[in-house]
Amino acid sequence: MNRDDRCRRIFRDPDFAELVRRKATLILPATLFFVIYYFALPVAAGWFPEFMQKEIWGRVNVAYLFALSQFLMTWGLAFLYVWAAAGWDRREHQLLKKIGADSKE
Amino acid sequence: MIAVVQQGNTALWMFLAFVAATLVITYFSARKSSGASAYFAAGRRITGWQNGLAVAGDYMSAASFLGIAGMIAMNGYDGFLYSVGFLVAYLTVLFLVAEPLRNTGKYTMADVLAFRLSPKPVRAAASVSTLTVSLFYMIAQMVGAGVLVRQLIPGVSYEVAVVGVGILMVVYVVFGGMLATTWVQIIKAVLLISGSLFLSYLVLQKFHFDLGQFFSSLTAISSTGPNGETMTRNFLHPGLIFKNPWDQISLGMALLFGTAGLPHILIRFYTVPDAKTARASVVWAMLIIGAFYIMTTFFGFGAASLLGPDYVKANGGTNMAAPELARVLGGEVFFAFISAVAFATILAVVAGLTISASTSFAHDFFVNVIHHGKEHRPGEEVKVARITAFVVGAASIGIAILLGPAVNVAFLVGLAFAVAASANLPVMLASLFWRRFNTAGAVGGLGVGLLSSIGLILVSPDFMKEPIFPLKNPALVSIPLGLIATWLGTVLSKEKASEEKFVELTVRAQTGLGAEKATEH
Repeated sequence: MNRDDRCRRIFRDPDFAELVRRKATLILPATLFFVIYYFALPVAAGWFPEFMQKEIWGRVNVAYLFALSQFLMTWGLAFLYVWAAAGWDRREHQLLKKIGADSKE
Repeated sequence: MIAVVQQGNTALWMFLAFVAATLVITYFSARKSSGASAYFAAGRRITGWQNGLAVAGDYMSAASFLGIAGMIAMNGYDGFLYSVGFLVAYLTVLFLVAEPLRNTGKYTMADVLAFRLSPKPVRAAASVSTLTVSLFYMIAQMVGAGVLVRQLIPGVSYEVAVVGVGILMVVYVVFGGMLATTWVQIIKAVLLISGSLFLSYLVLQKFHFDLGQFFSSLTAISSTGPNGETMTRNFLHPGLIFKNPWDQISLGMALLFGTAGLPHILIRFYTVPDAKTARASVVWAMLIIGAFYIMTTFFGFGAASLLGPDYVKANGGTNMAAPELARVLGGEVFFAFISAVAFATILAVVAGLTISASTSFAHDFFVNVIHHGKEHRPGEEVKVARITAFVVGAASIGIAILLGPAVNVAFLVGLAFAVAASANLPVMLASLFWRRFNTAGAVGGLGVGLLSSIGLILVSPDFMKEPIFPLKNPALVSIPLGLIATWLGTVLSKEKASEEKFVELTVRAQTGLGAEKATEH
């Protein structure tokens, strides 16, 4: 079986469709979320200065905490992705084994 | 006077120690590396954490270390907005680009496009875009290096500094290839992180490790206003320097979508054995880069609070805020250390840019466009890359000296990100995920993204007193233009081969079947 045939077989396999679907289910909403969350920061800084100047913890205001939360959001989504990707890796391995294609090749 | 000479000497000695260490690495890399995969991709045997450090090293430029610290020191919170954008951008890299790129490509970004599109036109267009981005970025770094060294090491002139940086980066790339460049990045990243950790520690020590006290001190920073009056500002308030929010949004778009299109970052993912390691290395990079940018809180705002904007302005200006803070808190030796770190930072970044430019020229343009995808003589690809690195080095030394130290080149970095976001990322994503996509779409997207970014910059406030285009960064307009061109080019033409190849590309991108392997020992 040459590589083209094997690719077509994998592409048509329902397990492959399921793998791609699972990736998309995480990646698309997560991307939408971080883009919106990120641009909310310059929007708030530019058009809602009074809200951003509100002091929350001692003299620390919303603006700083919002910016700091972006770091936590980024790391959080990164770890969510890594956690989900471990599952994708297992599915990918099983799929390649089933088709008789070794990913080491 | 004696003190000045001695402090210059300490910085110089520390810098020379860094240079010596990197040259030893280059020597051993040169002995080890043979063959194209070793030269362009370090044999694909770099580990996850090593590549994570190297990505961070490639990315954290002098603009982010000295520039952001200075912006926060002078005007507070608005500077911190940059720190945020530089990190969040890595989610685009992690989610959409790193793994499929590693699975489908070999040495360059254009490999992903050439997989299913007509190779010659897309490689030529991608190579032009890569060389443009790398050169813009490089010239900004070279001019910055010259100015910085002149301030840090008394007695070294702008020209000598530029030539020195240029020669070193060419030596790393020509003799050591990707392996040496990677280790230069790793050492630099470790130095930069250690330096900023210690600087942050010294700042917090001044406030007895009381964060409440630290942040309170930022709410009333006094400085001299433009008309000589004393003004007291709350440095945690947004909007002290950026008056037009659209500027921030446009810049944010360039950062968020441009990072995943920067050629010198993308080629780093070819240095690891597989897509899973590429994923791990992005996460390592995100931890390191995030930690660094959070620390800009302490040494950026710390400089505002402990030195004050007036002091920074009188002692070397915005870019010297971090080194001056190190001098005041840690003495001359620590000042010398931070200065040497700043120089190492620039050197590592320009080395990364040189290898990305020369790889693209040799692999995309020379072998695949001019020589139809075959080397005429074995080893020719690497030889051409070495010659290109030499030419790129000479050209950027020449341009940097010609422009001189007085020219403001900060906009060049923003422009590089804008081109990467408007030209490179749209076509790469379309190639990976859009079945209908074809060659006309790729060439159209790359061309329009590149030209509209440059065109808009030329009529922006950086170039015109009465600008036609009001924003400093073109991304807000140039990204949609790049996308429209990608879409129009695609729907106006048909290419059966591209759609047929999509099956193979998708399977390979998603499962790694047939991806390039690491070389054996």
